[in-house]
Amino acid sequence: MIIAVPAENQSLDSAICQSFGRAPFFCIYDTESESSRFIDNSAKEASGGAGIEAAQLLVDQNVDALITYRIGENAARVLKAAQTTLLKAVNLSIADNVANFLEGKLPSLDEIHSGYHHG
Amino acid sequence: MAEDITIAVLSGKGGTGKTMVSVNLAAVAGSATYIDCDVEEPNGHLFLKPAMLSQEIITIGKPEVDNRLCDGCKICSDACAFKALAVVKKKLLIFPEICHSCGLCYTLCPQGALTEVPQSLGVLYTGHHEDLQVLAAEMNIGEPSGVPLIKALMKHIKGGLTIIDGPPGSGCLVHETIEHADFCLLVAEPTRFGEQNLALVHRLVTLMGKPAAVLLNKTTGDPNPSEAYAKANGLPIIASLPWDDELARVTSRGALITEESGAYRQYFSTLLATILKEAQRA
Repeated sequence: MIIAVPAENQSLDSAICQSFGRAPFFCIYDTESESSRFIDNSAKEASGGAGIEAAQLLVDQNVDALITYRIGENAARVLKAAQTTLLKAVNLSIADNVANFLEGKLPSLDEIHSGYHHG
Repeated sequence: MAEDITIAVLSGKGGTGKTMVSVNLAAVAGSATYIDCDVEEPNGHLFLKPAMLSQEIITIGKPEVDNRLCDGCKICSDACAFKALAVVKKKLLIFPEICHSCGLCYTLCPQGALTEVPQSLGVLYTGHHEDLQVLAAEMNIGEPSGVPLIKALMKHIKGGLTIIDGPPGSGCLVHETIEHADFCLLVAEPTRFGEQNLALVHRLVTLMGKPAAVLLNKTTGDPNPSEAYAKANGLPIIASLPWDDELARVTSRGALITEESGAYRQYFSTLLATILKEAQRA
């Protein structure tokens, strides 16, 4: 199973980024090999549609689950179409969130915000 | 009017008196065109009370996909500059509210799976107030951007004198409005907040290379931060309009002060002449 986590820094000790679409990096964690890698979020400085672009990036990485504090409705539509499981992050490091996930302790993310669009 | 000239009245924020200045300038301009570019909440018609001649629905094109033809190749979604398209499991997802109607996706689709479908964005109104042509547009509730409405309004500039009542702020709508202006009249309040927003819109018009001057509105005897800003930043002060209870009363009941007061009629006629002189000099 492949898990994605929006990351402030390229380290498992890093905090989870408060933003999904504009996170600097994504941690891609493979539960089978217990290995992790970090990818740049090409959407982090997009003038608009960052959530959609970031979600497309994760779909293209064949991610099965996303651990995040929050997500906007457009990104959620892309990830739900890909049947990605959305989980609510807790205020701990990426490694601790992954550990919590593996123990089945993370609740599903049901709150979808309407985005932070501007004119 | 000997020359074709378009003047945009701008403010950087709402409530500075932009519409009051625009409609009264237009009312003393004789044969001219007034365009209300505040497409999110047009209100110039409340003062000019134009006899309406026509209404036109303005549409914008949005992509629709034929799923029988789309093979999920991602050429369109990779190319979309606004990220209004995504492809999941070979299926195209379209986000119309993110789409800027550039048309690139239909052009690129190798399968011919995308078509442009017109959607109503708002209504453009044409009318007249005596010799003044009055134009306005109103965006449908919930639309993300009124820029195409402003583009549609600008196609109606016929030459001669055009006075544009600009949208508030200094965002996309204001940017589109300034593009078409020869001269920008910035209306500013005597407050710190007013000064901050004056600075933003002044920076924008400067960046776009448009000549501008400020009208200091609602002035009192107290220190005026907007005046201090103008003096410190080389922004010419074209006029001051002192706070006046009577002007506020007349304006708040939707009347034109230039039609009720000879002194104000003279004030706005002189202001218009000064603006035209400044604009022609620039």
